[in-house]
Amino acid sequence: MNATLFSEAVAPTRQELLIFTIAGLLSDCRHVAVGAASPIPGAGALLERARSNGRLRVTVLGSTRNNFFTNGGVELFDCAAQGRIDAFFLGGGQIDGSGNVNLVGTGSYPSTEVRWPGSFGSAYLYFLVPRVILFREEHTRRVLVERVDFISAPGTSEKGIYRPGGPHALLTNLALFDYDKERQRFRLRSVHPGHGIEEVLDNTGFAFDLPDTVPQTSLPDRETLALIRGRVRDEIGEVYPRFVETAFPSGV
Amino acid sequence: MSACQIRDLDDLAAAIPDGAKLAVSADYSGPAMAATRALIRRRVRNLHLVCVPVSGLQAEILIGAGAVDVIETSAVTLGEYGAAPRFVAAVRGGKITLKDATCPAIHAALQAAAKGLPFMPLRGILGSDLLKHRPDWKVIENPFASADSGGDPMVALPAIKPDVALFHAPLADRDGNVFIGRHRELMTMAHAATQTLITVEEISETNLLEDERFAAGVIPALYISGVVEARSGAWPLGLWNAYGEDEAFLRRYVAAAKTDAGFADVLARWLGEPAMAAE
Repeated sequence: MNATLFSEAVAPTRQELLIFTIAGLLSDCRHVAVGAASPIPGAGALLERARSNGRLRVTVLGSTRNNFFTNGGVELFDCAAQGRIDAFFLGGGQIDGSGNVNLVGTGSYPSTEVRWPGSFGSAYLYFLVPRVILFREEHTRRVLVERVDFISAPGTSEKGIYRPGGPHALLTNLALFDYDKERQRFRLRSVHPGHGIEEVLDNTGFAFDLPDTVPQTSLPDRETLALIRGRVRDEIGEVYPRFVETAFPSGV
Repeated sequence: MSACQIRDLDDLAAAIPDGAKLAVSADYSGPAMAATRALIRRRVRNLHLVCVPVSGLQAEILIGAGAVDVIETSAVTLGEYGAAPRFVAAVRGGKITLKDATCPAIHAALQAAAKGLPFMPLRGILGSDLLKHRPDWKVIENPFASADSGGDPMVALPAIKPDVALFHAPLADRDGNVFIGRHRELMTMAHAATQTLITVEEISETNLLEDERFAAGVIPALYISGVVEARSGAWPLGLWNAYGEDEAFLRRYVAAAKTDAGFADVLARWLGEPAMAAE
């Protein structure tokens, strides 16, 4: 076996890198909840649980086995208000440089040109969950805009508004950003392998802080990759069987 | 119409008047699709649909059939099958009045009605454009905030008291008690609504409240106005512990419903077909 083949054999797929990066954002959490239609965040949370020696609890909505809720749809929200959820994930049709999220549509409301499903629980959970991770695979100027057309949930609130929660990081197919609560803007933390800072700048519609040196996003080691392709694959497959078929290399 | 007069789906559909404020469960929580077909067959109109707290195919088809004037929801989506085409078209055309909400607001407003309260306060929402477009939501001050705190504003949501709550469940008994397991938002819907109409897969000959292991997951008949047996009553959607959604139907639907003619065709066929078990 030569060196090239060896490194290819352990290279993570795009989805596996995102799963690994998400897990790294959940260190020291006690309970992480994952909403609907979120296979990659779900797998990331389950990876961090597998590495936490049972310290981290994970609730995956839609799961029977990995779900602590028995009080109906309201329990996720009550649990967040009680401070029992440390991290949650939000997407967005548009996300702007202040961390505002738009899940409603583009153009002028209500007769929006493009209508997306709606705000779901964002307008509430963004206020109450300390670490909200913004996750959107598409990294384009269409998604990452200077100013959202509709604020489903604001990135920041005025002083005096009860807000223990808010944006913590933004993860896309190209890069990982931290959110700076003081400056109310994103700061580029790392760029994924195969992509560069210029590409990130070209495809981001908002201004963000750019440190002098930006490292490449860390890759999972062999042991972690085996964990993702084994235990995590099986656990997330309960809720997302079709995702598991396409996201993970077969026969590994 | 009293419970004893509701014997079949047509009776149930007749008990939901035009213009009713109708609360429906999410697609993942026992959507009453067989009852929805009966409603569309009787050409129900002017519904104020309350989705608890979101909807998918059920709201989409009712909107496409011209049955909805107002929709109060936190989202309408067909999930992995994509956007809901008739909902999107109706929004763009200004054909329905939108009351865009957020999930916990709908739960809280139903809880207010269940408690007989005029409103419920809720955290979050402040500074969102949802609040800007919901003149019925008010910002109030926490009356218990300490004087030196500078105030503690929060959103007050008016109670949602549906005329009718409608959903599908796996099991009821001859006395009208309905099993909902851990889907407790269905309990809240029943407590909040004036009438609750249910379809079920199966009727049990033994009383569900007699078994202590079941009882906490059962809505007592006190809150139930009518139960109709409807096998595969959630088809083409799934029922939580019984069967999955009909993937082939949903794929066909999303492709067809992009145009008015395509939707009319798929609707006519759906209304004509017998319910199918999707395994």
